[in-house]
Amino acid sequence: MSLVANKAGFVVRGRHLLRDVTVAVKPGEVLAVLGPNGAGKSTLLRVMAGEYQATSGTIHQNGQDVSQVAALALAQTRAVMPQAASMTFPFAVRDVVALGRAPFRRNSTRQFDQKLVDHAIRLADIDHLADRAYPALSGGEKQRVHLARALVQVWGMNNPETTGRLDHERDGKERFLLLDEPTAGLDVSHQHALLAVARREAHQNNVGVMMILHDFNQVTAYADRVAVLSAGEIVAQGPVSDIMEPGLLSSVFKSPIRAIDDPAGGFVLVSHGG
Amino acid sequence: MKQVATSLRQFGQINRRVWSLVLLLLVLVLVTVMSLGTGGAHIALGDVIVHIAQRIGLSGSGIDAFDGRILDTLRLPRILRAIVIGGGLGLAGAVMQSLFRNPIADPGIIGVSASAAFGAVAMIVSGHIILGSFYPTIGPYGVPVAAFAGAVIATAFIRILSRQDGQTDAAIMLLIGVAINAMAFAGVGVFTYMADDAQLRSLTFWQMGALAGNGPTDTPALIIMVLGIAYLMSLGSPLNLFLLGEAEARHLGVEVEHLKRRATVATALVVGAAVAVSGIIGFVGLVAPHLVRLVTGPDNRYVLPASAICGAIMLTGADAVARIIVLPAELPIGLVTGIIGGPFFLGLLMREKKRRRL
Repeated sequence: MSLVANKAGFVVRGRHLLRDVTVAVKPGEVLAVLGPNGAGKSTLLRVMAGEYQATSGTIHQNGQDVSQVAALALAQTRAVMPQAASMTFPFAVRDVVALGRAPFRRNSTRQFDQKLVDHAIRLADIDHLADRAYPALSGGEKQRVHLARALVQVWGMNNPETTGRLDHERDGKERFLLLDEPTAGLDVSHQHALLAVARREAHQNNVGVMMILHDFNQVTAYADRVAVLSAGEIVAQGPVSDIMEPGLLSSVFKSPIRAIDDPAGGFVLVSHGG
Repeated sequence: MKQVATSLRQFGQINRRVWSLVLLLLVLVLVTVMSLGTGGAHIALGDVIVHIAQRIGLSGSGIDAFDGRILDTLRLPRILRAIVIGGGLGLAGAVMQSLFRNPIADPGIIGVSASAAFGAVAMIVSGHIILGSFYPTIGPYGVPVAAFAGAVIATAFIRILSRQDGQTDAAIMLLIGVAINAMAFAGVGVFTYMADDAQLRSLTFWQMGALAGNGPTDTPALIIMVLGIAYLMSLGSPLNLFLLGEAEARHLGVEVEHLKRRATVATALVVGAAVAVSGIIGFVGLVAPHLVRLVTGPDNRYVLPASAICGAIMLTGADAVARIIVLPAELPIGLVTGIIGGPFFLGLLMREKKRRRL
């Protein structure tokens, strides 16, 4: 069971933001979405999250049409890390992270929530900010808070400190984590830390991860598959090794892109203007 | 070790919030007792306490029968009205601030109160024309129902106008509310211009607010307020998620449009009923939640009940002031909350401004 868009279209006042998009986020796998600005990447993520309703085609998560599933049931199996979330009220960072536990209010305990929140705060490297007021943080710090919030949500009732049975093995419902440009505003080391966390969720906890990225080399390093979106349509998708080659990327991004051998092994993709 | 410290600190925090609720309740009781002892007829505080003790069966002997009647039939009903209305306004303000994700939202600012007053004023001035021969039968209920209708229609209007592609933009919603506020006040002005002398007196009441009440005809409105308050109180957790943004709230399992619809209708009912009973009383809905957040922090599970209690305290206190400051007359309560609340709110804003400085 996956999170699947089948010929999904999204039209607003005659403008086709998405056209016939068919793409699948599979459990245990990181899918990167790549594409120029305005290609419809965020729109696709929102449609797949059930935030916007596809105007044609369908979105199915674990075999169910997302537009027919109650928000709470969706929230228990899918977490979203937004591009920018504003909050003017001075919640403490720890409390913002704890909001990610809201979908499990009825099944969880305070101690368990606490444990997950502490764990996520360590992973997102925001220990030192835990008691600060959220609105006073910098953009990158806020991003990390939302990563932690999405993590405590996607963990569900799994205990990160033991290796017991995972939720999806118990109820047969796969979990998904959708990240909208998660690296925007982060410094290099935190970008890598975040991508590593996302990849580990996929490979160790069998979560289906979808993330919008801009950096080609991060795609090659952290994703399993990649979908390239241009003007609302998928122009290429497949395993990273097949798609991430200079010819295809150059034509999609209308900018010459070259592969240069990396002395440390493999190659890096570089773009130089003009 | 660190985890122990963390959980200890959190325990302390929760305790602090619970304690602040208890403390607020105690203050409310104190203010109520003091307000019972305040007014034109001098009744000593000790007598008030003896009287209450007798009423709830703690003491056999009562006080002077005349003083007892003043407390029972004049002051107590009035204070109960103040508690319910103040609580409703404080809570409605807190809910709206979360709903619009804007700390300056308030039923007064987005025009719900003004529209309710417009309904009431329209009924006072032209009720006998609109209702014709039904006017005598509907009589005293006409005005509260019209106030109520005004609040509900204004809220519906704001919601419909601010919807676009199935979503509502909170900022646009707030601005539309401001426009509606202006129109409602203009409408009130038109009817004031048309009113005769007798009608003018009751119009002043709608614009400045009064807790004197209209006797038993207030009962339905007060019951509606209590029900609305009970419902709004239960929205603490979903409204916390709402503060993150509407999309985020949905991602976290809130049926956003449902919540918005129910919460706006419930606030309209509460505010409409409040205006029906007492006219426009400003600033309580704005100031009470701000004051409360200074103590409890922004968590709506505590802010909502605390705002209700704080609103009740503020209005009961303001009413006591209104009753004695210009003896033997009384000042309209809306003037008191405006005179005290306005500068107070300015002070809060200055404090906030300083806090936001880097």
